[in-house]
Amino acid sequence: MLGWLLFAGFVLSMALVVTVGNALIFLIAWEIMSMISYFLVIFDHTHEKSVKAGIIYIVMTHIGTAFIIASFLILFKYAGSFDFAAFKSASRTIPPNLKHIIFLLLLVGFGTKAGIVPLHIWLPYAHPQAPSHISSIMSGVMIKTAIYGMLRFIVFILGIEGIWWGNLILILALLSCLVGVIYALMEHDLKRLLAYHSVENIGIILLGIGASMVFLKMNLPVLAVLSLCAGLYHLINHAIFKGLLFLCAGAVYKATGTRNIEKLGGLIKMMPWTAAAFLTGSLAISAIPPLNGFVSEWLTLQAFFLGALSSPGGYKVFFSICASLLALTGGLTAACFVKAFGITFLALPRSKGVTEAKEATFSMKFAFVFMMLLTVLFGLAAAFIIKLLVKVSGFIFGLNTEGMNFSINNFSLAIPQSGAYLSTPLIAIVFAAIAGICFLCVHLFAGRSRIGSYNTWDCGYYNLDARTEYTATAFSKPFRIAFNFFLLPYSKTEKIRESFYHVKSFKYEVFTTFIFRRYVYDPIISLVLLAAKQTRKIQAGSIHMYLAYILITILLLIFFYR
Amino acid sequence: MDIPICIGQTLLLMLFAPLVSGIIKKIKNNLRMRIGASVFQPYYNLAKLFAKEEVVSHNASWIFRVTPFIVLASSISALLLVPAFVSRISLNSMGDLLLIVFVLALGRFFLALAGLDTGSAFGGMGSSREMFISSLIEPVAVMSIFVVSLNAHSTNPQIISSMPVVAFSSIIAATSLFFVIIAETSRIPVDNQETHLELTMVHEAMVLEYSGRSLALIEIASYIKQIVFFSLIASVIFPWGISSGISIDSLLISIGAYCMKITILCVFISVLEVSAAKMRLFRVVDFASIAFVLSVLGVIISSMGR
Repeated sequence: MLGWLLFAGFVLSMALVVTVGNALIFLIAWEIMSMISYFLVIFDHTHEKSVKAGIIYIVMTHIGTAFIIASFLILFKYAGSFDFAAFKSASRTIPPNLKHIIFLLLLVGFGTKAGIVPLHIWLPYAHPQAPSHISSIMSGVMIKTAIYGMLRFIVFILGIEGIWWGNLILILALLSCLVGVIYALMEHDLKRLLAYHSVENIGIILLGIGASMVFLKMNLPVLAVLSLCAGLYHLINHAIFKGLLFLCAGAVYKATGTRNIEKLGGLIKMMPWTAAAFLTGSLAISAIPPLNGFVSEWLTLQAFFLGALSSPGGYKVFFSICASLLALTGGLTAACFVKAFGITFLALPRSKGVTEAKEATFSMKFAFVFMMLLTVLFGLAAAFIIKLLVKVSGFIFGLNTEGMNFSINNFSLAIPQSGAYLSTPLIAIVFAAIAGICFLCVHLFAGRSRIGSYNTWDCGYYNLDARTEYTATAFSKPFRIAFNFFLLPYSKTEKIRESFYHVKSFKYEVFTTFIFRRYVYDPIISLVLLAAKQTRKIQAGSIHMYLAYILITILLLIFFYR
Repeated sequence: MDIPICIGQTLLLMLFAPLVSGIIKKIKNNLRMRIGASVFQPYYNLAKLFAKEEVVSHNASWIFRVTPFIVLASSISALLLVPAFVSRISLNSMGDLLLIVFVLALGRFFLALAGLDTGSAFGGMGSSREMFISSLIEPVAVMSIFVVSLNAHSTNPQIISSMPVVAFSSIIAATSLFFVIIAETSRIPVDNQETHLELTMVHEAMVLEYSGRSLALIEIASYIKQIVFFSLIASVIFPWGISSGISIDSLLISIGAYCMKITILCVFISVLEVSAAKMRLFRVVDFASIAFVLSVLGVIISSMGR
């Protein structure tokens, strides 16, 4: 019951955040959203992990809110009102230097909620600890309210002042993409893996938005609209496929009682619906055509290409590198989801609980099918959706989008500036036709196939079982070695001995060093603790001392404000 | 009118795709002072595989069964996107050059899943390595495509292949795309098609559990993927001699030029394969980095207008 109330309150508060027109009410709604989501993170409060995740979450989210409040106060000083309209009309009178400061405050404030690197630290803890349907909404919708905040306050109200704003966002976005996906590759907790991919996808969304800010400053309105469309489209798509993936992860957790993919396996036979849903989500997030994730990544690449085409020297190289790093992210994501799907759902079960897993109930299957349909639909109806998004983007920038048309007959996307076409329905049709023709040809010309069933080839060894399967750790080993300059991996080996001479078993664990935590957060936390320790000295417990403090304060006040 | 010709061109290329591998093998053997098998050997192998019984592991799921068709369809879809003999004949209303990268990723995704599906450690090892290599080489592919597209002001392959002159930066892009070809078609020094040694195989490990007809389909798919990349270099980046209209003489010249260019590429690949040793897996990072730096260089030169 409490869960349902919190859930309803959570959804309502998010709706409030994106509909209010007054900064004060916005802040209240923002706080309600943060608090309710905190309660949802610690919903399972008997777990020590949940409580710890909750603390990290609430501290980080309030640091973010503090920055947002600071920026609103500066805006209020000029506007004299908390109304968005007043903010917007007052923004012209704000001196540029102050605008830069407001931008940075807003970027940190909303960036914390969105989980851009290096402010992502709470996200992989908080999202997996919430119940799975909440995780799917937190990852799918809540972090997008931060993107809304950025667009509303930075682009719409404040107006872009310097070209470096967009460049800074692009660089942070690239960092988020790569850091998110590399950590996801190392992660073997199914829900935390998905949480890291939220960091990565926020990066992809911000690539579109950052590029559009740069283009606007370069006076390229068509490109600005196109790349903002790409960003917004990815925002919607991420909400869909990440929601689906989190729901599947929840179904797996419910059925098997574990989120560690090293203990899963073979679930495709026990849970075919969940497997199909997870596969669809994996394909979408890995940008495989013709599903929705592919379309938005393609559009982002097109935006970068056109940016490189119409900008001078240095920016050509910068945009090309942005595009290629986006491609790298895409490749690593595909690898990560081959791991996530392959280890969880294919081959043999790796633990006992898995063999007794039951398929999800009808209500859950219904949700899967609905989200799967949306995934496909948002891929196939790309041209239609882009038409709508062009209007939205034009409104955000205050541009007239009359002549901007990126679609032909709602059937295919056409980018006139690059002469490129993309038709997801045609891809689907061609693909299905080719696969069908191949299937028919093979069966017509080669006759009925003789298929024997036998054990997996075992090199003459007599019995392969789940212990000889490839593991997730092994799967990600090449990546761990390739990125060891960033991951700083270390391992622990423990020998469990029966006696001095006989080692019964080995325990081998691999860890990665979280460099942001170690080199950014840990020093800050120890500094805060040190400062607290020092200030405690003035709180000695003696009443006379405190009376003296009061006296000194009053004297100082009289002295300064007489 | 264009679409039947496009389909015909694709069928023709599909028919000759295995021959390219046969030629490369022949050249390699000749370079090693051996006679070698006939250039038609790939066709004999395919015929044999189609006639054989197929063995499927008990552990396998439907993913394993559908993968050969998906991989084949993804390769053929990619082939439809590339103009080979006539610069305006390709299915460009379906997508642009960038789509080729994504469409091939679809086949690879399923192939990697199929590798994990049977529960064999070989398959998992192959999948892991294949995804590793491909994710590192993907940015290079995108970057090379960017360079040639920047020179032509379009990502549409038809527009690129009707460019009258080849810019210097396009030649660099072709070089980095050559690196991509080596990695994507599992050639030495990244992978070795000829070995079945446990420690070194990548692609072969992934498809180790396949046999009979399914294996034949996967082999055809990789032959086609190879010709997709070859055509990218031969017809899109270096469109010398490519026909702009459909007339018998220009088509003959175009086909002749295409065959010449493919043969030259085959010679390059064979010489490289014979003269180089296979790298350790983790040195593929260096390989990809060199290719990436080369493609960045391409962008820089392209931005200078060369």
